[in-house]
Formats: sequence, structure tokens, C-alpha cells
Amino acid sequence: MADGLAPSPLLPPLEGTDLVSSITGHSAIDELPSGDGRPPLEADRAGTGRLGDRIFGGLATGSGILVLALVTLVGLFLVIQAVPSLLNNEANFLTSREWVPSGAQPRFGIVDLLWATIVTSIIAMFIAVPLGVAVALFITQYAPGWLNKPAATLVDLLAAVPSIVYGFWGLQVAGQYFEPVATVIDRVLGWLPFFEYTGTPSAKSTLAFAGVILAIMILPIVTAISREVFSQVPTAHKEGALALGATKWEMIRTAVIPFGKPGIISAAMLGLGRALGETLAVTLLLSALNTSSAFSFSIFGGGETFASRIANDAGEFDSAQKTGAYIAAGLVLFLLTFIVNAAARVVIERRKAFTE
Amino acid sequence: MSTLSTVDESAPPTTPATPVGDDFGGRSGGRAFRDQLARVVMWTAFVVALIPLVWILGATIVKGGQIIASVDWWSLSQSGITARREGGGAVHAIQGTLIQAAVTALISVPIGVLTAVYLVEYGRGRLAKVVSFMVDILTGIPSIVAGLFIYALWVTTLGFQRIGFAVCLALTMLMIPTVVRSTEEMLKLVPNELREASYALGVPKWKTIMKIVIPTSFSGIVTGVLLGLARVMGETAPLIILGPYTAVIATNLFDGLMPTLPTMIYQNYSENLQPAIDRTWGAALTLILIIFVLNIAGRFIGRFSKVKS
Repeated sequence: MADGLAPSPLLPPLEGTDLVSSITGHSAIDELPSGDGRPPLEADRAGTGRLGDRIFGGLATGSGILVLALVTLVGLFLVIQAVPSLLNNEANFLTSREWVPSGAQPRFGIVDLLWATIVTSIIAMFIAVPLGVAVALFITQYAPGWLNKPAATLVDLLAAVPSIVYGFWGLQVAGQYFEPVATVIDRVLGWLPFFEYTGTPSAKSTLAFAGVILAIMILPIVTAISREVFSQVPTAHKEGALALGATKWEMIRTAVIPFGKPGIISAAMLGLGRALGETLAVTLLLSALNTSSAFSFSIFGGGETFASRIANDAGEFDSAQKTGAYIAAGLVLFLLTFIVNAAARVVIERRKAFTE
Repeated sequence: MSTLSTVDESAPPTTPATPVGDDFGGRSGGRAFRDQLARVVMWTAFVVALIPLVWILGATIVKGGQIIASVDWWSLSQSGITARREGGGAVHAIQGTLIQAAVTALISVPIGVLTAVYLVEYGRGRLAKVVSFMVDILTGIPSIVAGLFIYALWVTTLGFQRIGFAVCLALTMLMIPTVVRSTEEMLKLVPNELREASYALGVPKWKTIMKIVIPTSFSGIVTGVLLGLARVMGETAPLIILGPYTAVIATNLFDGLMPTLPTMIYQNYSENLQPAIDRTWGAALTLILIIFVLNIAGRFIGRFSKVKS
């Protein structure tokens, strides 16, 4: 039945740039039905009353509610299991650097974890966002026609390499080449406490190198989202800029980038969300600090992120108190990524409202 | 080209040598330079982005190629083989990874597709918005948090053991959002006229969805599922919490530990002995191969899609 319908002439020309009217900039995609808050499909009455409709509609709605319940449960469970441990905690959870989660007087805090998590993620953003935007511009604006799709696929394949393989590769292969980089940065900027490189831990086990590996891992996300918005820039804007005598780069600067800005911001946020929670690559690379070591501001220091601390100690969840401490750390990570992702979502929503 | 250059050479020396094109465009040198510079930067960025991909694949193939090119690798487990010794295979881990992926897909595909159907065909008002928002949040949940959540639920609260099925539950949480999002995209691309034609013939809504909407977007949905599956197969974090490694073949999801390729990598990496390091590269290459095959199969099937994005 469906096969007979397939080559229907009703299919709108969905490929290529014909999609977007060059005069109004209005996209054919806008005509298509959407789930998020737009007017629902017509002919909804087709679904009244029949048993099959009620069952199917119920199943679909039920799945939606299940997803809703799942996220709520994650938050709820983590809170319920973290609270008893937090109440027993003798140290301040938010300001302490200690991590002794078991025993009669558990003392644990997240300062070191938060620092390592944020530093690695920010380094990753500093590298991946400009690079990702440039790659997206290359794919959408510069690449010759035959290279468009293969280029996009190749960058996407970066996301297919498992996190643990990145970590192992960084440790065994790529890490040694970071040593001279760290030395040069130390020589030039070493007078700043952030860039002081003492040689311990070795360069491949530092926050900086973990950030570089994270950058490679979030590059496909940043590229994919930027690519999508850049390809939606109305042809009229681009042609307008070119008609006024702009060079290609000026056209990109005045038409493509302003249009894609909210997309770039949300791409950066989603990349950040991914970097914050990335586990195995960081776990393999970072060398943990000694419990007694002084706090260091240097990006060439060691440390553990939330995720890597949990993964490193996953074999030791033997008491409820101890597990609770790790779950509390996981909860903070969940909240961080929740905030970042929600913010990204808000930016995308505002852009939608603006373009419609 | 050659005729042009001879003309240039024979021209009287008083004629300015500027090409006509630049005069016509009226571009100052600075603007043309910046334009060229931007072009070079973009090309460079693309090449730079490809370096890690080529490098990782190259390193993994060079270091892991030899060990997986043996019959043993595909037919034996690591049973009785210590980290010091060479030999053994990865069949236990490959089996574990495939079984867990299949069960994960079995649970998450119906939920994911139905949620997408809800969002596109039924969803309206506040609930649909909230569900859509929650799918986004689920997309962003770090895999280690998903693992911790299932640990808190399965082990701490319900008192069960760490078994293969618990891993599947954690992976399901990670796979559902990718299935929802990709299916949603595909369903949105099905032209409304097809639905209207079906309704006009008196076909009920559920039948329209089952017989028209989903079949039309079927290969797109399959692509989304395969790409989602490829993503969760490489996940290691929840496995470290919920499914520790074991060196023997174990195919029961509900009893005992279940070895997988990611945990095999993690275990052998931590041994830090040469035979184990070799096996780590072998397991990494095997995992990448499986994931890439799924990825390429997914993209290939997507080509046959009746609706295109």
C-alpha cells in the first residue's frame, strides 16, 4: 500500500536550496508539521473513538510520558541517594578539597573536581568552537560540490570513535607530541600561574591535554549544528551581500555568521554539555593528584573531573555512605549539564521564534 | 593560458600589468587579501579536523591489525590467559557487545519511535513541549550519570546484582533520545498530503500512521536506529559501573558479569603489560570496525529513503 504511494508527485522538492524561497527566505520546512508546540496536524478527528486509535494514541502518549518520567526519576533518585551521605559529611561539600567518603567521619568536597571539569571543558571549547565553525563554513560555503557530503560524513565519523579509544590513543600515541607544546607555552606564558608547566605530571596527563582530546571529541557536534544553521541562511541574504560587491568572506561575515549566531551559541553550549560529562578519555589521560598536594591554578596540572573520579572509583561502591558521596558528585554533574543544555535549548527556541 | 601570457609579455612596458578583473571588482588589495586569507583558513581548518581521524584510524590499524588478523581472535575467549601471556581472542567480548546492543535496541526502538510519533502526530500543548524538552535533556545526560542512575535504582534500591541487563537499561537511556530525534525528523518530512489522502479515504489515524507515515519514512528511521546503536556500542562509562569485565564467555544477560569490547579495552589497558596493550589495540580496532560498519550501513540505507532531509 505504502509502496504504491512512494513515487507520488505530491512529494515536495525537498532537496537542495529550492527549499528556501530566495525572495522571502521562507523555508518549505516551515510548512511541515512539527511536534513542539506548533498547530497539530489537520484531520485529527480521524482518530476519534475507534479502539485501535485509542490504543495507539495511548501507547504514543504513554511513551512520551515515560521519557518525561525517566528524566524526573534520574533527578529524584540521585537526590534521594545523595542526601543521607551529604548530611553525614563532616566537610563542606561545596568548598572542601578532601575526598574521604567512607568511614565514621566522611569528609568530601567537590572543589578539585569542579575545577578540573571546568578547566578541561573550557579548553575544549576554546579549540573546538572556532575550529568547528570554520569547518562548518568550509563545508557549507567553500567546499566544491563533490566534497560537501563526504566532508560532512568524515567529520561526523569523528563522533563514532569511542571515548575510551580517544583516551588510549592520547596516552599511547599522541600524548608525547604535546610535551614540546607544553614546554613552549610554559616558556612564553609561564609567568602566569595558569600556564606554569613543571614537568610533573607529564604533559599528556595534564588538564590541558585532556582538554585538547575533548576538543576533538566535541568537534563533530559543534560542526554538525553550525553546519545546519549555515545551510539555512536565506539565499537572498547571501546574494544581496554579493550583489553589493562583497567578497565571499565579507558575504560570510555580514550575512552567514549573523544569521547563524544563535546556532553557533547553542552548538557551543551543546559541545560544552558533552565535554563536561565526557568520561573515559579523561579518565585514561588525567593523572590524579596526591591527596596532600597544594591547589594549583595551572592548566598543566593533574586532577580528576567529576566523571573520571566516579569512573576511577567505580569498583569501590561498597557502602551506601560511600556510594552516596559519588552519587552526590554525579548529581552536581547532572545539574551542570542540565543547565548548559537547557540554556542551549532556550537559545534555539528564541531563534525559531525570531525566524518565523 | 599560454596565449594570454605571450600577449602580456609583448605589451608595451607603459601599460599597467594589473589584470582587468581586479579593476572591475574595485577591490582594494586588503579586501582581496582578507578574502583569500579566509579561504585558506577554512581549508586549513578542514584539514586540521581530519588529522585526528586519520591518525587514530591509522594508529589503531597499525597496532591492532596484526592481532585481529588471526583466527584465534575471532574464535577464542581470554579464558585462562594472563596479562603477561599473548594469545586468546575477543569472541567473548564481541558477543557481549552485540547481545547488549541488540537488547538495548529492542527496548529503546519501540519507546523511541512511539515517542516520536507522539511528538509529531499527537503532541500538542504543554505536555508535548515538556516531553520535547525532556528528550533534549536526556540527549545531554552524561553516560556516567546514566550509569550511576541505574546503579542507584538497580543495585542500591532494588538490591539486584550488577548484570548485563542493567547495562542494557543504562544504554537504553542513552539510545532513546537519539532514536526519538532522528525518527521525529523523518516523520516531519512525510508530506501532509499523504496523511490527508489517507484520511480522505476513511482510514483511521492509527492505521494511517502505521501503514503510510512510518513505511514512508522507514529507511530514515532505520538509519537513525543504526547511528544511535553505533553511538551506544562505544559507551564505556556505564559499563564500568554496571558491568565489570570477565575473561570468559558469558551470554546470560540475567546472571553474572558479561564481558564487552569497551570493558575489555579498559581492563587490558590497566594491566600495562605489552601483550595486554596489544590486545587493547586489537579490541579497539574490533570495536571501531563494528561501529563504522553500523555507521556506514546506516548512511547507506538512508540513501534509499523516500523522504530526504
